[in-house]
Amino acid sequence: MIRSEILRDIAPVIRDQLVVCNIGLPSQELHMIDDQSSNFYMLGTMGLSSSIGLGVALAQDKKVISIDGDGSVLTNFGTLPTIANNVADNYILLIIDNGSYGSTGDQPTYAGMKTSLTAVAKACGCENVVECQAKDTKQALTDALAGDKMTIIVAKCESGNIKVPVITMDPVVIRDRFMKQVQA
Amino acid sequence: MSINTKIVDDFVANGVNFITTVPCKQLAGVIDEIEAREEIYHIPSNKEDEGIGLCAGAFMGGKRPAIIMQNTAIGVTVNTLVTLTQFYRMPLPMLISYRGELGEPVACQVEMAVHTKALLNQLHIPTYHFHKDSDADELDAILKHTFMCNKPVAILTDASFWKGY
Repeated sequence: MIRSEILRDIAPVIRDQLVVCNIGLPSQELHMIDDQSSNFYMLGTMGLSSSIGLGVALAQDKKVISIDGDGSVLTNFGTLPTIANNVADNYILLIIDNGSYGSTGDQPTYAGMKTSLTAVAKACGCENVVECQAKDTKQALTDALAGDKMTIIVAKCESGNIKVPVITMDPVVIRDRFMKQVQA
Repeated sequence: MSINTKIVDDFVANGVNFITTVPCKQLAGVIDEIEAREEIYHIPSNKEDEGIGLCAGAFMGGKRPAIIMQNTAIGVTVNTLVTLTQFYRMPLPMLISYRGELGEPVACQVEMAVHTKALLNQLHIPTYHFHKDSDADELDAILKHTFMCNKPVAILTDASFWKGY
């Protein structure tokens, strides 16, 4: 399975949740598969999906899912200690780990080589870290949503992309409709 | 009242309740004061762009955020300020220690100081400079201005303001 197949699989599970989605293809794919006003699409700023999602989770009580990638977590590695030390039990970080920088042409990341993001997250102090295969992501996410405990899911999948249109929605519209869902 | 208390009082009076910090020697007293206040969720970040991401999320979650950082951080936050805070139109007060100004003992700090205002100007970030005690009297108005206009706003605080090192 590739990332877009995971997104298609988990779409029914996340459609009623607050979702912060990573820059580039992940946001474009999720937007194409199941656009929801509760999705915050990142149009720029690689690496910050986990930080933005944690901020939303710490600020209010609704559950928040950050969809991130292995490359983006590597870009913002300092995020994992911050997450570990600021526990928000309404927060789930889903790292779709395809071992590559998908949006830029599938260049390999170190997470696809010697570096295990699961081990790193645990070493940083994250207490609930679940590594799963792509096909089990939907179940892992369902369990995490039911669990009321901050959870990091590392979903291992194959690299590869599908053709998707860019998101042309205005950023202020994305932000405004997301905030209305937070307040709803 | 100490200047640290006054600054944090102004934050609290303006509803600022989520503050991320990356330390600087000059800001140590403010950071201690923030940590001590129950009204504020204090979340230290490991890098300033990470902190700005946390602030963006907290704002969308209903909090009033702020970041405390050194001017050297302007170098690592340009992309985040432009593509996140400004692009999505979010307010962000940035209380910044302005290292490299008169009284600075570390030569390397001057290298970033000479670019600080130019970079903020290029980024069209409203910028205020606290040099003497009374300059801090404007903080309350600056915070109101920031949350009125939904922009990042920089408050540079130099060594003279902090009475040296």
